[in-house]
Amino acid sequence: MLAERKILALNLVSSPGSGKTSLLERTLKALGERVNMVLIAGDVQTENDAQRLIKAGGRIVRPIVTGGACHLDARMITKALEDIDLSAAELLFIENVGNLVCPSSYDLGEDMKVVLISTTEGDDKPLKYPSMFRRSSAFVINKIDLLGQSDFELARVKDNARQINGTLTTFELSCRTGEGLNGWYQWLEDQVALKKGRPPKQP
Amino acid sequence: MHELSIAKEIIAIVTAETEKKRLGRVETIHLRIGALSGVDPEALSFGFEAATLDTPLEGTRLVIEPVPVRATCRACGREFAVEDLVFLCPGCRSVDVDVTQGQEMQIDHLVVE
Repeated sequence: MLAERKILALNLVSSPGSGKTSLLERTLKALGERVNMVLIAGDVQTENDAQRLIKAGGRIVRPIVTGGACHLDARMITKALEDIDLSAAELLFIENVGNLVCPSSYDLGEDMKVVLISTTEGDDKPLKYPSMFRRSSAFVINKIDLLGQSDFELARVKDNARQINGTLTTFELSCRTGEGLNGWYQWLEDQVALKKGRPPKQP
Repeated sequence: MHELSIAKEIIAIVTAETEKKRLGRVETIHLRIGALSGVDPEALSFGFEAATLDTPLEGTRLVIEPVPVRATCRACGREFAVEDLVFLCPGCRSVDVDVTQGQEMQIDHLVVE
């Protein structure tokens, strides 16, 4: 369904509170006019995240309330996309349930998993959740504006991630201040272009 | 905690298979579970036991074969065991490695009466 339409599908995973929704809000505001995005927001309860994404300018946003389940599965995605006109869609973001364990076992039909952590978490997370980091293609370190406020060390988290998966594309950014986000936007646009079979724009 | 949903999925697959092939009672279900699959074998067995109560699969045992992690280096082609989660080629130190086993979650075979 996604492959034949050449829609880039990204499965965004993290612990609760790392900033998945904030990153998507920023992305919608920055790229919403240029890239046709569809968003699925998974939560155990409430449609709060979906509401935030609509407020940030998301035109096609679908909540999935799992009602207790700790992950999304491919059937839920198919169902959520059922009534959406995908003809113009270029990028599908799936915001998974905040959890670094269970979602790693489920293939949602995505092109890539993007794993997010924030500087208020432990910098040993890549070692604690190797399955998730191993299966991800990109690694976003959020809340870099708070570096120095905790024992989190950027060099250490990158070393730990490299040990598990040395091919991760890494972004250091802050969804609060906006620092580092341009690299993320550029990468997204490049990936969307690659998915369509076009070479990415030269900077 | 997703092991319960995986147990239910296993039950659905095995039930469909036994009905289709008109098999007898299933004694054991043999699974291959990779060390990187994100599935805890103990939680899976517990979930399976709970989910099969009062069903035709009650009393069926899960036999889980753990699968260690192995990888192949894309740079030099070396095949190696991944120990202590260090995904680094022991030959050329490249980090560009493909995991060849250890992520699986498979029903290998069933033993039926």
